[in-house]
Amino acid sequence: MLLLLLLLAIGVNSTTYIESLNLTLVLQTSTFPETPQMLHGTAPPAPPTDITGQDRPNDAGGRTVVSWTKSADDGQGKNSVQEYVVFRSTNIDGEFTEIGTARKGVQEFVDISTTDGVEYYYMIKAFDGESFSEPVLSGAITSSAQWFHVGRVNMLVAVLILSFLILWFIQRAKKGEELYIRPIAGLEAVDDAVGRATEMGRPIMYIPGIMDMDNIQTIAGVIILSRVARKAAEYECPILVPTCKSIVMSAAQETVKEAYLDAGRPDSYDADKIRYLTDDQFGYAAGVDGMMMREKPGAVFFMGCFYAESLILAETGHSVGAIQIAGTAQPSQLPFFVTACDYTLIGEELFAASAYLSKQPLLLGSLKGQDWGKGLLIIILIIGIILVSFGFQQVVGWLTVG
Amino acid sequence: MRRQGPLIITFITGAVIILQYFIPHRPFSDLQQLFNTWFLVIAVFALILGVGNLGKIHFERVFRRRENWPYSIVLILGFIIMFGAGIIWGIQRGTPFYYIFWNVHIPMGSTMFALLAFFVASASYRAFRARTPEATVLLISAIVVMLSRVPLGNFIWKELPLIGDWIMAYPNMAGQRAIWIGIALGVVSTSLRIILGIERTYLAGK
Repeated sequence: MLLLLLLLAIGVNSTTYIESLNLTLVLQTSTFPETPQMLHGTAPPAPPTDITGQDRPNDAGGRTVVSWTKSADDGQGKNSVQEYVVFRSTNIDGEFTEIGTARKGVQEFVDISTTDGVEYYYMIKAFDGESFSEPVLSGAITSSAQWFHVGRVNMLVAVLILSFLILWFIQRAKKGEELYIRPIAGLEAVDDAVGRATEMGRPIMYIPGIMDMDNIQTIAGVIILSRVARKAAEYECPILVPTCKSIVMSAAQETVKEAYLDAGRPDSYDADKIRYLTDDQFGYAAGVDGMMMREKPGAVFFMGCFYAESLILAETGHSVGAIQIAGTAQPSQLPFFVTACDYTLIGEELFAASAYLSKQPLLLGSLKGQDWGKGLLIIILIIGIILVSFGFQQVVGWLTVG
Repeated sequence: MRRQGPLIITFITGAVIILQYFIPHRPFSDLQQLFNTWFLVIAVFALILGVGNLGKIHFERVFRRRENWPYSIVLILGFIIMFGAGIIWGIQRGTPFYYIFWNVHIPMGSTMFALLAFFVASASYRAFRARTPEATVLLISAIVVMLSRVPLGNFIWKELPLIGDWIMAYPNMAGQRAIWIGIALGVVSTSLRIILGIERTYLAGK
């Protein structure tokens, strides 16, 4: 009896081993089987249908997209499909190699390893964990690179219109036309802040954010620094610029040095006042807070890109009694600056600051063009809302960037 | 040429980056990644400038016994210990650098981040004082949204979470989108000024 049980156990184990070996072989050899594999005697899942393929649009080539309709046993019927296995071959009669899988319910597979100009045939089989369905084959599909992203035509049109408006107003400004720019309270207060710090005998602190020079907000911050430093040089008020990035330090040093030269006070320039602290976000916040507590600046400017350290810095500046002007294009940080600072430049005002402060006609012209662009966008938005409200849904597609 | 060189480089780089957005074909599709790599290389070398600046200021402060000079010793020692530990034993798990980083540096960063809670409290107190009609609206909105995000809000009134969601999805989202549109236009305008060489202040010019 014991011997019989032992033999039976060995027999069962052997069958399981052979079956699992078969399954492994089916999965690993990945060759094109002519008939569905039925490993346990149960019926294989129904195959996917309507397999189609095309070059992946708007890319640099090397990719195709294969689509199919779900198997009748995927989410319905026997509901046994676990995944779809994708095979590929360059010859419809040749050997197909497995290139990937797609989870059940998915009806698309992106092949990211094609060679442009080569014809590929795809075969999809549904797999239920034990057996494969009948294979379905696609026609020949070829990938290629495109020279224009057709999904971004709307963006191109918008950029061209905006660029035209900006350049047009710059031309008008060049001809000497007076351009009205609405007053921005935060920028009007820049001179007052520098003056106040001078009267109090305290330095100015200028913080250009925590991002590097590849960030447009940091560039805007450095541009505004030039105007503030020039005013500080005129008033002979020391300016401290702690930076979080070495390149920003270097750019800020050059900018402040040039501003002092312009103001006719090159001797007052002190390169050590524009210093690098650390790349670490909260290390930088700690360093700047320490400087604020020791130096007690009379005016603090936050101009650039800020994250979680914004309130830590602004509240410390508030606690030392400094007049504070902030500007950032980070909507998530704006509430903190609005709360803790005396003036806040909201989003676009940060980018407008340079033109506004310099009053140069060319820069003011670009600002005017930007305002007209905004007006145009508001009109488009209103028209879009009306059209969509009346069921004209195509407008959503026109305004969606691919 | 001192001024023209950077302007030409800026124009070409800016124009290529714009073109690669609309042209997916090579070589344009690879250029942004290439430029990013170049920027990283420059940034790494620029780090030497930063460290040099840091060392110069703090060594000078120690040697001349300027105000708060003992803090500079802490900074210099911290730098030497971390730099030395990294060079000698590497930075992988189990090394002194790794230990100091996770047990000194990270907790100190977390402490600074934790201070935010207290700053939020003090800032909120000032912002939410109902001195003007706008501040009153802000106060009421803030209370509703905060209550709607915790189980207590649902317990007080089951419609409260819906009102909180409505405030976030409509007035708040509309405001944010308006800011984003303005920012996008500002970015385009500033970029155009820089690419065309109209704005040169970042090159330390007039």
